[in-house]
Amino acid sequence: MPYNIKLEVFEGPLDLLFHLIKKNEMDICDIPIAEITQQYFEYLDLMKTLNLDIAGEFVVMAATLMHIKSRMLLPPADDEEEDEGDPRAELVRRLIEYQKFKDVANRLKYYEILDRDVFIRGANNEFIEEEKDLHNITVFELIEAFKRIHREKPPQDFLYVAVERMSINDRIIEIIERMEDVTSMAFESLFLRHSDKSDMILTFLALLELTRLMIVRIVQATPFGTIRIFPIHSRVSEEMNKQNG
Amino acid sequence: MVKLDRKHLKSIIESLIFISETPITINKIREVIDGPDKKTLRALITELIEEYKAMDRGFILSEVAGGYQFRTRPEYAKWNRRLKGEKHLRLSQPAMETLAIIAYKQPITRSEIEYIRGVDVGGILRSLLGKRLIRILGKKEVPGRPLIYGTSTKFLEVFAIKDLTNLPTLQEIEEP
Repeated sequence: MPYNIKLEVFEGPLDLLFHLIKKNEMDICDIPIAEITQQYFEYLDLMKTLNLDIAGEFVVMAATLMHIKSRMLLPPADDEEEDEGDPRAELVRRLIEYQKFKDVANRLKYYEILDRDVFIRGANNEFIEEEKDLHNITVFELIEAFKRIHREKPPQDFLYVAVERMSINDRIIEIIERMEDVTSMAFESLFLRHSDKSDMILTFLALLELTRLMIVRIVQATPFGTIRIFPIHSRVSEEMNKQNG
Repeated sequence: MVKLDRKHLKSIIESLIFISETPITINKIREVIDGPDKKTLRALITELIEEYKAMDRGFILSEVAGGYQFRTRPEYAKWNRRLKGEKHLRLSQPAMETLAIIAYKQPITRSEIEYIRGVDVGGILRSLLGKRLIRILGKKEVPGRPLIYGTSTKFLEVFAIKDLTNLPTLQEIEEP
């Protein structure tokens, strides 16, 4: 009977290689490639035995190791191929670069993190506060709300005139402009200006796109309550303001 | 315009920093006060920073995210947390590494990050975007037009970093 075991696994092939290098106290700039390849494969076998899925990345690295190993076995390059250098060079470069970022990540953890080590005045961190009272809503709730507005619009018998249709892009820009002076906006109010069905759909699609691009955030204070749209201020707009000012 | 003396000017700056919800920039202060040049303002703020430090109070004036903000001293974190709750940012090791790569290498695409880390970072990027520590800067003009990522102002605020030139230096690995 197959059963699954949970154990600490390496996040990726580079992580695993690091572990092996450290464990064997190898010199990162002069890795004994045959030995490390063997140990790497042993680990992959272990993963298989433990019924773990081996991510594609591990397989790619296995191939890279085999390739390097085979090149190491070849006699020294001819004069023409002199430039090729140590076949391990690229891997070593990647390992060293990765190590640098691991190191920085570890140092950043001990920085004076806001709301952990240092605090600011008053109702700080708007986002965290927001999350306490407001729920992120799903796209289904959004569709429900859209349906509701759509139903509530009374049928109108206006004369039909051909109008020039806006693109989603235009509508996105229009919404961004409307959001500029307000901290948030009710979902319904977005549709007040547009009574015609295709216009409403355009607004809805623009809103979905704005959410995807992380320009706005859609939240709800209580279940079935008003859905509100908050702009996410980016540095870009701040910088533009700065330049204009 | 009334000529303001240094003492008044310094107090005005102090009040502006006090009421500002986010780190206030020199440019913003200059917009409000309209008169003194950047150099004067910067000198006065530096004096303020020194004064607060010397007073040894519960908070200091910090330079973060390209602006200035009053922040508590880290030695009082224990009590501050009791009032505010444990709501601070928590990032996993992979998320921290990804964030560090983006901070140094921005603008950077997802595949470039993945080459450095050797693993898929799609989920991590979504999570960092959700926490607003990173943002999409645009699209790279190469085939496929992949999104390019960079860190946000919030990243600098959360980690109390002055600006991107003040990130910790990338250390070379010591030869064993």
